[in-house]
Amino acid sequence: MAQIKNTNNVKINSDFKFEYAPAPEATDMVKIKKQNKLFINGKWVSGKNNQFFDSINPATGEKLAEITEASPDDVDRAVKAARKAYTGQWSQFSGKERSRYLFRIARIIQERSRELAVLETMDNGKPIKESRDFDVPLVAAHFFYYAGWADKLDYLFNGKSVRSLGVAGQIIPWNFPLLMASWKIAPALAAGNCVVLKPAETTSLSALLLAEIIEESGLPPGVVNIITGAGATGAALVNHPDVNKIAFTGSTEVGKIIARSTVASQKKLTLELGGKSAHIVYEDAAIEQAVEAVVNGIYFNQGHVCCAGSRLLVEESIAKVFVHKLKRRMRSLRVGDPMDKNTDIGAINSKNELDKIKKLIAQAQIEGNEYFEPELTSIPEKGYYIKPCFFNNVASSANICRREVFGPVLAIQTFRTPAEAISKANDTPYGLAAGIWSEKGAKIHKTAQALKAGVIWANTYNKFDPASPFGGYNESGWGREGGRHGLLPYVEVK
Amino acid sequence: MAGLNDSNLQIAKTIKLYINGAFPRTESGRSFPLHKFNSKKIYANLCRASRKDLRNAVAAAKSAQSGWCNRSAYNRAQILYRMAEMTEGKRNEFVETFVQTLGYSPERANLEVDRAIDALVYYAGFADKYQQLIGAVNPVSGPHHNFTTPEPVGVVGLLCREEFDFSHMIAQIAAITCPGNSLVILLAEEGAAVLAPLAEVFATSDLPDGVINLLSGFTSELYEHMAGHMELDSICFDGKNEKIRARIKEEAIHNLKRAIVKPQPDFTLEHILAFVEYKTVWHPIGF
Repeated sequence: MAQIKNTNNVKINSDFKFEYAPAPEATDMVKIKKQNKLFINGKWVSGKNNQFFDSINPATGEKLAEITEASPDDVDRAVKAARKAYTGQWSQFSGKERSRYLFRIARIIQERSRELAVLETMDNGKPIKESRDFDVPLVAAHFFYYAGWADKLDYLFNGKSVRSLGVAGQIIPWNFPLLMASWKIAPALAAGNCVVLKPAETTSLSALLLAEIIEESGLPPGVVNIITGAGATGAALVNHPDVNKIAFTGSTEVGKIIARSTVASQKKLTLELGGKSAHIVYEDAAIEQAVEAVVNGIYFNQGHVCCAGSRLLVEESIAKVFVHKLKRRMRSLRVGDPMDKNTDIGAINSKNELDKIKKLIAQAQIEGNEYFEPELTSIPEKGYYIKPCFFNNVASSANICRREVFGPVLAIQTFRTPAEAISKANDTPYGLAAGIWSEKGAKIHKTAQALKAGVIWANTYNKFDPASPFGGYNESGWGREGGRHGLLPYVEVK
Repeated sequence: MAGLNDSNLQIAKTIKLYINGAFPRTESGRSFPLHKFNSKKIYANLCRASRKDLRNAVAAAKSAQSGWCNRSAYNRAQILYRMAEMTEGKRNEFVETFVQTLGYSPERANLEVDRAIDALVYYAGFADKYQQLIGAVNPVSGPHHNFTTPEPVGVVGLLCREEFDFSHMIAQIAAITCPGNSLVILLAEEGAAVLAPLAEVFATSDLPDGVINLLSGFTSELYEHMAGHMELDSICFDGKNEKIRARIKEEAIHNLKRAIVKPQPDFTLEHILAFVEYKTVWHPIGF
């Protein structure tokens, strides 16, 4: 029996493998159109320029469908449809009427949940167990939550009434395509706005299926318009003069470009951007649970999570044993076919992203950081995959500790005092999320208070709920999504 | 009494900057004359703050901020109320400044002071209440305690309106500092003589050093540097100049600081909320 020595001198048997029989989810209930149109004014319309781009299944590298590249003229059509629907109908509707439509949409999402989950995994590459048990249920929950707000806006802001803004242009990323669509559309509609939404170019399909659901719900034409395309389409939407509000989720880099292009306008802008969130583990933490949370924090959704716990700050006294346990847990992660129900880590969303992640890893290795990846984990030959990994004993100034990788790459540092942990955690231009592990309540509250981050997970990580506001400090963005606070960016206080 | 009176016998007060609880002259050695209203007579030579003074003020505000926000809300309220008391005590000096440099009637000048005091008292009372009005315990699905609290955004740069508006400026200062932000204020040239009595109010109200810093100088020289400063978390300018507003929004993008360029109504909760961030904390519930 061959043995491999790892850095902690733990002997691993080379035939130590997790053998599972394949358990692939069936894809037959999903019908993907070869060519997909735009959803404008309640109708499926061709793009004016008749240009298309491919959507790829990242698990196989094979083409799934052709997606319309919306031109500035198409964007204009969509904004006009939204404006007409807003002034003609939607803003005249009672809260109760708006509420009813949102409830209907939520119900249909639940009814078609399997179809949505399978399609999401095919187009995005995330494990089916995540799209099925995390993304889609939260999408429905989001519509339910905000459906109930639509007729209660009189109670939204203390002692004042609020009014809707008009037309919202919304641009969303590829990491949680459907979930991000729900985070954007549901509060906007509940507050009485109409919407033009652009999904990310690599993940348009679930947004288009959502458009079908919206059609099925009988929502008046033009209230929600879904246009597909890449950066140029997004720019046309951001720069359209008849848009009142822009909501963007994506990278800090693009967020800044969008902010720049709106400076001369009166458009309201919310940004949900990148992060380099710290996960602090004190020596008095529940270690096994903390290991599980650190793994979930960074390897969930292939690390394509804006609030991923991409920096682990572990107290020096337990660092050795913690890293040992972390390695052991990582060795049991299953990387591979996202359609397989056993898969923990699926495919990286695109070749472009995979190359970016590989480049950052290679750079961190060249810079001399201590690298670990599970030795025996294999990845499929076809498709875009990468093993989960970490860099240990990283300096605060190291690139891998400062730049957002947006992949399954963790940077580990140690600390000796709570003050050092807090100062290291806050030593980033971002401020989206943070994790704290300790069994001592006072320590948790003190740490939570001192961390400059919009979401703090104490003795847990990566929890989301429609009732819970989400969003960051500093360069992680402007504004909150979710909860009562998530409605505020979609209204004006009178 | 500031300025030179007609007999030239009275001792004039040198109006200096107010940084970190001290009264330094500008490091640049520069000044600009402020005239009496409708007169060629010089009321005072004010410091023309430089970029270096601005950076010093930001450094002071930055190091004072965490101490200020960690004071109890009750204590911050007490200090804001104390500012109102000290403003009342210096009423004559404020009135004299407005009459001499802005040509206000004594009645109007007194009204401005009244309204400024009202604002300080109003926001003093908000320091320990706004959290309950906008914070939340969120009913998440699952065994978690989840709550959202507002926190001060951090260090705020305030560029005063071109047209001097004393009571509005005090309302801005009170609304921004009451949740625990620290402040660097650049007074507009018009009315900048108010720096003298105002700094003395701040210096004698038990306000920790560095929480509020006052600069006099040229907006045109400093506003872009202030808006682009990487250690400021928020920048506020609600003057009329659209070009300045747009440039501030643009410079603020360097570190995505919050640019508040829309006038916030005085005496409102919204005014405070323009300068807070929301933090949501999750914790499991179980045995």
